[in-house]
Amino acid sequence: MMSKIVRTQANFLYPLIMIFGFYIVAHGHLTPGGGFQGGAVIATGVALIAVAYSYKNVKTWIKKTRLTATEAIGLLTFIITALLGISRSFFYNWLANTGLLFGQPVPYGINPGYLNTAGTLPIMNFAVGIEVLGGLGVIIMYYLHYIKEVSKNAV
Amino acid sequence: MIWEFLANNSPALIIAIPLIAAFATSLISRVSTRARNIWVILALVLTEIFVIILLYQVFNFGTKVYVFGASSYNLTLPPDSGGIPIRIIFVVDAMSIFMAFTASTVALAGVIYSISCENEQTGQDKYYTLLLLMTVGMLGMMLTGDLFNFFVFLEINSLASAALVAYRVDRGIAVEAAFKYAIISSLGGLMVLFAIGILYGQYDALNMAMVAYRMQATGFSNLDKIAMALLTVTLAMKAGAIPMHFWVPDGYGKAPGAISAMLVTTTYASLYGLFRMCFTVFGLAANTVTLGWFLIILGVLSMFVGVTMALVQHDIKRLMAYHSVSQTGYMLLGVGVGLATLGTTAFNQYGLAAMEGGIFHLINNSMYKGLLFLTAGAIIYRIGTSDLDKMGGLGHSMKYTMIFFMIGALAIAGIPPFNGFASKLLIYESVYQFNPILSIIAMIVSILTLASFVKVFHSAFMGPKRYDVKEVPLPMLVGMGILTFFIILFGLFPNIAMQYLVTPAATALSDPVGYITRVLGGGSL
Amino acid sequence: MLFNLVYITVAIVIIIGFYAALFKRNLIKIVIGISLIESGVNLFLVSLGYREGGIAPIYTNAPSTYMVLPTPQALTLTSIVIGVATTAMLLSFCVVIYRYYGTLDARKVRRLKE
Repeated sequence: MMSKIVRTQANFLYPLIMIFGFYIVAHGHLTPGGGFQGGAVIATGVALIAVAYSYKNVKTWIKKTRLTATEAIGLLTFIITALLGISRSFFYNWLANTGLLFGQPVPYGINPGYLNTAGTLPIMNFAVGIEVLGGLGVIIMYYLHYIKEVSKNAV
Repeated sequence: MIWEFLANNSPALIIAIPLIAAFATSLISRVSTRARNIWVILALVLTEIFVIILLYQVFNFGTKVYVFGASSYNLTLPPDSGGIPIRIIFVVDAMSIFMAFTASTVALAGVIYSISCENEQTGQDKYYTLLLLMTVGMLGMMLTGDLFNFFVFLEINSLASAALVAYRVDRGIAVEAAFKYAIISSLGGLMVLFAIGILYGQYDALNMAMVAYRMQATGFSNLDKIAMALLTVTLAMKAGAIPMHFWVPDGYGKAPGAISAMLVTTTYASLYGLFRMCFTVFGLAANTVTLGWFLIILGVLSMFVGVTMALVQHDIKRLMAYHSVSQTGYMLLGVGVGLATLGTTAFNQYGLAAMEGGIFHLINNSMYKGLLFLTAGAIIYRIGTSDLDKMGGLGHSMKYTMIFFMIGALAIAGIPPFNGFASKLLIYESVYQFNPILSIIAMIVSILTLASFVKVFHSAFMGPKRYDVKEVPLPMLVGMGILTFFIILFGLFPNIAMQYLVTPAATALSDPVGYITRVLGGGSL
Repeated sequence: MLFNLVYITVAIVIIIGFYAALFKRNLIKIVIGISLIESGVNLFLVSLGYREGGIAPIYTNAPSTYMVLPTPQALTLTSIVIGVATTAMLLSFCVVIYRYYGTLDARKVRRLKE
């Protein structure tokens, strides 16, 4: 466990990192970024908490099985969104220009960026964001898990 | 109506079903182990059914295209695209679906076999997830008509199979093998990506048909030569051809039994990529005689060095892995002769027959080499060692495994009435007309293969009883039985395989113009 | 000449990567080599779509419509994602190898041959 200064900083930064990651995911169809980048930013928050507090504490807050389930849910959302368009073709953008959620038509050319557009793309961005959060989170947790074991065995 | 819908969408469903199954596996395994096993088998059975539907469609109505994300599934050239295929397109010709049939059959046998072979291991839900992802990678590589998409599926396949090679840690040795395999795969994958970048920079397209069309129109530049060298060498490396074969014995030798069988089809997915690049992408512009001789030399080297290395092995799976290298040589030889004679009158005399032999050998080898790896896995499952010197007398107690092994060994040595004989005879006959020496080398290799497997059979199954073991459980026997069924079917009635699978595949592969016009000629049939 | 500078950089990065991957003894350094090759290839892909003075291909509040080609950037992103997965897997193999062998020296990690 790190000193109190580091922990306070981590507590302060953690919500900001989460919000920034969520922003990147949500604006994936308008600005640079998207699911993978946003998910990676959110996973950085997990890494920050894991560094500031020891692995022993973090293990009880963030369960590996739950992260794996998160990953699976993200991937399933992605593939099922793609599959719903199969009456036209697989990955068909069945939400675009329908007026429903994310279904506003986009004006051609330079625009100020309308969030409520692009059909299935934002949904897929969210799915990928959830998946990457789970995947990178699991990777971080497993690496930390091994650090402990190696130091115990002291090879 | 529903039939037509399923038939038209089957190229996408073949990829989608194992993907959904793979991602849902970790959720379903929370319910119960039994539910997960049924779920995984069901997914692969469904995949196999869709592959057969698509096989029927392709056989009757010719090459199928499937455009991802388009407003209609066969709209290869949208009206506002300016005559360029902009989306990811799956182009399923007879060769692709032939490969997909092979891969999905072996995967199905492998997963049924795994149900009881792996049931004492930990981390099984991840095992099945990776196994399904590996199947997706193979099928995607075989069906896709897009260069970058090919790379993505190649990487999915490499990652999943490297992780599966390391699945049984085995005091770190399996991880060492997997590390080698992963390094080789990622190096190969990156070089493939580099070559794709070179092609994209020149032709502004990622679609194989479009790249081939523009390459033919502008001539074969020096950059194309670099791209061709990178693609052919790396794909040959991933297929395990001889100077780049060193990862094969390690990877095959340390993987679990079912995964070794599936790694065979994985390497053939790369081999398919090699053939697809040689024939479809570069076949019209490059000098096919040189390219053909490149494949022939790789093939002859692989055949001969592979079998001589196999003779001295004492580990049953390493021995089989070297035989796998050797058998890959036959395919390279057969298809190489076809490529070297492409476009000449000799092609119709014997070139096409050689290609048919090579392609027929591909499915045959996937079946019997898969079966042999499964029997080796069964032996290791029961007695816990892969060392041939420590085996013996298993024929007393493991009768069915012995029979399956015998069938596989006779098939690989090219003894009638099993399927290895049919394809090897085709190769010998046609290659003899091309160059007698090559044919004689192929026959010698076949004899050495028989000698090697007689040794294995003798040391594993004959002799006094040394281990008090039982026969392996039923699911493992069913897995081996599926592959045996095809071995005997193709051995007794090679005409069935030739007529419905092999000849259309060889004809489709040797016809790049047909492939290009199918994609660029618009969406209608 | 200046236009080719980026391709020369690509070649240098890839060659350094190959050197590390093929001749270094430490497994982590081999992984670093693979990562370097990947960066070189990614740089190559991005540079394919570049044109001088072009802006990032995003219409949101764009100052002009003179943009670089977006396709290679999409390809690069995909390749980066794959690269993350590959590197993570290779490093976890290194972790497991270190646990069982107690070393990362490629000359000592050779129990397969025995």
